[in-house]
Parts: sequence; C-alpha cells; structure tokens
Amino acid sequence: MAKALDTKDAREAKPPRGSADSSNNSGDSIAAMLDANGVLTAEAERAANISDEELRTLYRLMVVSRRLDQEGLNLQRQGELGLWGPYAGHEAAQVGAAMAMAPTDWIFPYYRDFAMAVCRGIDPGAIMTIFRGLTHGAWNPNEYRFAPFIIPVGTQVPHAVGFALGCKLDHDDTAVLVGFGEGATSTGDWHEAMNFAAVFNVPLVFLCENNQWAISVPMRQQVSGRIADRAAGYGFPGVRVDGTDVLTVYAVVRAAADRARRGEGPYLVEALTYRTQAHTTSDDPTRYRTEADVEPWKSKDPIRRCAERLQARNAFDDAFAQAVSEEAEQRALAMRQHLLSAQTPHPASAFDLVFANPPESLLREKAEFIEALEPERGE
Amino acid sequence: MAKTMETTTGATNVSTVTMGKALNLALHDALQNDSRVLIFGEDVGKLGGVFRVTDGLQDEFGAERVFDTPLAEATIAATALGLAMKGFRPVAEMQFDAFSYPSFQQVTSNIAKYHTRTGGACNMQLVIRIPYGGNIGAIEQHSESPETYYIHTAGLKVVTPSTPADAYALLTAAIADPDPVIFLEPKSRYWMRQEIALPMPPAALDKARIAREGSDATVIAYGPTVQTALAAAEQAAAEGTSLEVIDLRSLSPLDMETISASVRKTRRAVVVHEAPVFMGLGAEIAARVMHDLFDVLAAPVERIGNATIPYPPARVEKLFLPDADRILEAVDRTREY
Ligand SMILES: Cc1ncc(C[n+]2csc(CCOP(=O)(O)OP(=O)(O)O)c2C)c(N)n1
Ligand SMILES: [Mg+2]
Repeated sequence: MAKALDTKDAREAKPPRGSADSSNNSGDSIAAMLDANGVLTAEAERAANISDEELRTLYRLMVVSRRLDQEGLNLQRQGELGLWGPYAGHEAAQVGAAMAMAPTDWIFPYYRDFAMAVCRGIDPGAIMTIFRGLTHGAWNPNEYRFAPFIIPVGTQVPHAVGFALGCKLDHDDTAVLVGFGEGATSTGDWHEAMNFAAVFNVPLVFLCENNQWAISVPMRQQVSGRIADRAAGYGFPGVRVDGTDVLTVYAVVRAAADRARRGEGPYLVEALTYRTQAHTTSDDPTRYRTEADVEPWKSKDPIRRCAERLQARNAFDDAFAQAVSEEAEQRALAMRQHLLSAQTPHPASAFDLVFANPPESLLREKAEFIEALEPERGE
Repeated sequence: MAKTMETTTGATNVSTVTMGKALNLALHDALQNDSRVLIFGEDVGKLGGVFRVTDGLQDEFGAERVFDTPLAEATIAATALGLAMKGFRPVAEMQFDAFSYPSFQQVTSNIAKYHTRTGGACNMQLVIRIPYGGNIGAIEQHSESPETYYIHTAGLKVVTPSTPADAYALLTAAIADPDPVIFLEPKSRYWMRQEIALPMPPAALDKARIAREGSDATVIAYGPTVQTALAAAEQAAAEGTSLEVIDLRSLSPLDMETISASVRKTRRAVVVHEAPVFMGLGAEIAARVMHDLFDVLAAPVERIGNATIPYPPARVEKLFLPDADRILEAVDRTREY
C-alpha cells in the first residue's frame, strides 16, 4: 500500500503549543527571529543575509504599489472605475510576502492583494479592468502562478490547501502562499483549511493581513485571542509579526516557505498592519472610526519604515528616492492609459468562458442572445 | 455489495452488477487509466464509503490516491478545486445529499465560476458525487433531492444515472469532462442489478435516453423515478395505453431535442421527480414544452413530485414519493383534458 498522506510522525515530533505567548518564543526557529514587537532581531537580520539591493527592490515595489493605489482612487473618483479597494498600509505585508516566495511558488490572493499581483509581474492596467467592470478574470493564473482575486471572504484559503496538497503529491519543490484578512479568520472555510493543511501536512504559508478592520467591524469584535495562536490549536506554528516592516515580513515568510518546501508543513504568519483608507470607495469610515484612531498608525507607514532601514544601512539617497518616485509616476500613467484603452468585451463573450466544453444548448442561447442584440445581423 | 456473476467473452467482460458496483468499477477504471484521478471524501478509504461505492479502491491504488478527509464538506469541495488547478482529476464524495450543503458556497461561488474568473485558463475538471433521493427509510437529512440548487447554478453540469450501465458510462464521462460535474447517485437504486459489458464507451453528458418507446403520452423521469415510470408504462400497456419514457440523464444541460421530439409525437407530457414540484426541474420542462409546443399540446404538462414540505419521516415517505399510480393518474388527466 502506498504511503498515507498525513505525516503523523512529523506532527508528533512537534506537539502543538499551549499558552498564548508561546508562539513567538516556542523553540520554533522562525519565532526566534523576532523580538517582542514582532520585528526581526538584528541577529536574525544578519543571518537572513538580505542584501541592500533586495531591500531597495522591496522599497521600490512598495512605492510603486502605493502610487498605483492612489491612482486607483483617482480613477474611481473620476468615474473610470466602478469600485476601488485601497490597500495603503498593506504594502509591507503584500510586497514582503510576495517577494519572499520563489518564482516557482504559487500565491492564492484575496481581493485586496493588488500589490502582490504587481510583484508577480501582472500588468496593473490589466488588473484594473476587473474594477472597471470589464472582466472577472484579468490574468492567466498558470502564467503568473497567481490565482484569481477571490471575493467571498475566506473561501480561497482551502483552494490553496488543495493546490498545496497537489504540489505534495507531485513531489514538486513548490510552496504556496495564501493571503486573507483578519475577518476571514472567522469563517468556517478558514478553520477547515487550517485543519486540512495540518492533517495533510501541506507546503502552505498562511498570511493574515490583519488591518484591524473588517469593513466597520474592529478587530476586538472579530477575534478573541490572537490569530497567530490559532495555529497551535491545529498543530502547527504561527507568529505575529510587525506587518508594517517589509524586511521582517520578507524574512519570516521566506523562512516559512523554505520550511514548507522542506516538507515541514504549514505555517501561519499574522502580519499586523492598518487599513488607513476606507474599506472600498463605497465605504464611509467616518461612521465607525475617527482620525484619532488612524493617527497612531501613521508613524508605522511601511514605506517610511523601509526608507529608515535603508538609511541605517547607508543604502538610501536622494537620487534613489527620486528614481523610484519617477518610476512610480510612469507606472501610474501607464496603468491609466492601459485601463482607459482596454476594450469592452463583446457582451456575448460572457457565454464563451462558462465551460471548457460547452453544451450545445449554451451555444444556442448565445446565438439567440446575439440575434436579440443585433437584429440586423440576424437578417 | 452484491456479488457479481462474471463471464468473459473475448475482450468484453460481461457481468451482472448493482449500480453501486458499476460506480465502483467506473472509479476503479478511471484510477487505473488516468494516474491524475484522485478520490477523497469522508470514509471513502478503508470503509469504502457508507454505500461501499469506493470499496477496495484504497487497497488497490493506495492512500495517496484514495483518501479520507477531515469532516468538512466546504473544504472537500475547495480541495477539489485546488487539485484541479494543479492538474489532478479529483472525484470528491459528499456522504449524503443534505451534507453537500456546507460545500454550497464553494460550489456555486468558486467551482462554477472559476473557469470564467480565470478567462478560461483554469479548467475545473472535477466531479462531486452526491448520493441523493429518498425511499430508503432513512432519518432526516438523508433523503433529499437537491438538484434544483445545482442546476440553477450556471457553470455546473449535473447528471444522474438510472441504471448500472448508465452509472458506469456517465461517471466515466463525468471524470473525463473538462468541466465540473455534479454527479447525483439515486441511492434507492444502488442495489438495482443489470448486466453490463465492459469496456463500455462513455455516455454523452448532455443527452437524454428513450427508456421505452410509446405513442400516447411522454413520461419524463430521471434518476430514481425512471424505474417507477417504466413500471407505470408496463401497467399502462396492460390497459392498452402506450407510454414513452424519457430518462433525462443530464439535468443540466437539458436535452430539449429529445423531450420535444417525443412530446411532438405523443402531445402529452408528465414530469416525475422526487424533489418538490414547486420550482423543481418539472417547472422548467413544463415551461419549455409549453413555449416550444404550444400548438401541439393536447393537455397541460403534468408534474409529479414532493409537496412543499421538508422531506417527510420514513414511515410516511411513500405517500409523498412518486409511484406508478400517481403517474398513471397524471397520464389520465392529460388524456381526459
Ligand atoms: C462570505 C462573505 N461575506 C461577506 C462579504 C462582504 N465583505 C467583503 S470584505 C468584508 C470584510 C473582510 O474583512 P477582512 O477579512 O479583515 O479583510 P479586509 O477587507 O479588511 O482586508 C466583508 C464583510 C464577502 N465578500 N464575503
Ligand atoms: Mg481586515
């Protein structure tokens, strides 16, 4: 009989940990990389051996992402987008995590993970066509190893488990990252996925982008206890990290992905950050929070923090900052141009994507639709 | 599982099997012929499933290809999605009809829409098997007919066999099809026996079958009610009435050509299902027949199914299930109109 899927032995060697504070200093080597604030220790930073150039790349991607986010807001206000979901404040979590994954790894994002898509090389103008209402799917997941944005909260998490299980069955050297908000951790699908991932010991990194809000519902009304500690209940480790520090996120997710690739199973990273903007452009945050609530987080701006880290390494100067901001401007412009020149698909194309092997009845329905749409063509 | 009688003639293997065994053989052959096929669900491994449809498969193909999952239907479905993205051909089992409901969001919001959402890049080549229907004297939640929920969702193919031969041929086709298939197994017919010859070509996933030819009225049935309709046709024949019986096989898409051709000939139609009449598949068929054959129909389309009630307790379920008498009474109404 072929070997069973679950790796009981590995799990018994690493029993779940109990107390609330144990997950950051539990003998798990990733937890040991962090100080009490969930920031990479100086020692761990040296050990991680992240070059100035790597850090500058992370900075650059964050600045570009921030500018694209701003452009998304502009476009929505100008009536060019139906909806925009800003991710300002999430740059360190998204860029750090996405760049920590090897190009051969897969990422299963949630709807706010725009910067991750940018890191994967997907054209921002193409992504934007989703928010303009032109398409439900703007890229080929297989090409970018980047699954589609998923809107039903939490439901992408078990997709990543299934995919990671497939990687394990294929003996691929592939790890999988799945992104979600703290609100998603209340869904049944999330808990099921955590359990499945542990039972099947799949190569999966869970990344919680804890931005303190699920639309208007604050963290304290969403979660009792700490999200990072949830992992222990399922039998695998988790850490809470400072999600506004890109270097920390990058180092920790990279270590968790390496661990997953070594066959050591799933890992949960809770990245603490803040949603500085509205939930989406349809939201009115003044109804549930004040500027004073947002204020303390402004000092934790991911871009500023990264600049400070670069300055501390003597790897930041005006010329670099200037070049990055010029690139961001250019990319925002290119995104706008791409978006505004994107063609509206022929409405009948909605019939073409339903099935790989469409039944004749659907093809007939399409023909009837076209005829009703363009009667002159039918004559 | 009932024992099989096997005789071998040349390359063809002829045996009398139950529907459960036919499904088991289809899964077996799929596992054997395609190394990407995986089977998983609750209790499908050592136990072989509560209806033994996966009996012996883990022993033969190993616990990496046939495995038990934790008890979590949403993630069983979601895992199938992820594995399909990775190029596997997952065949997931829901233990009973009503226990497919926890997976509903995954099926309707993700599996059914993923091909569209990925611009056609990701096929959802997966099958979700669901035993369904009543008439087995079961406790609550074990006798439901959830087909309307699934057929109302664009992006899913929904099929159901009524015989062991079709069970084999449809399941084989469902596994080979690049789109997600909800495979409804009429559990009251798991023990129905029939001689089948293997290898068997896969069935078309979108074609109905004329189960019995006739000229006076058309009875449209599927899954568990096909045998009931055939029994009614037998009785009617003794009384001098000739009934045509259609076995839909595919509930979505619906083979309207076969239905229309038959009703054009007989001018009378009765639709029979275990699901409630209200918003059941019979409603769609009646509307389509009315629209397409308005000038041909000799009587309004009759529908037989459950009342608009939660599935009743076992001791009284027979009063709510379609039987030959109810079918024949409905035929009479179409003839006396
Ligand atoms: C299943 C489901 N329920 C409700 C919604 C509506 N909704 C969209 S986002 C959201 C809040 C999610 O919060 P969180 O998971 O913390 O992610 P965030 O938006 O803060 O990044 C809600 C309630 C949804 N998309 N899906
Ligand atoms: Mg949130």
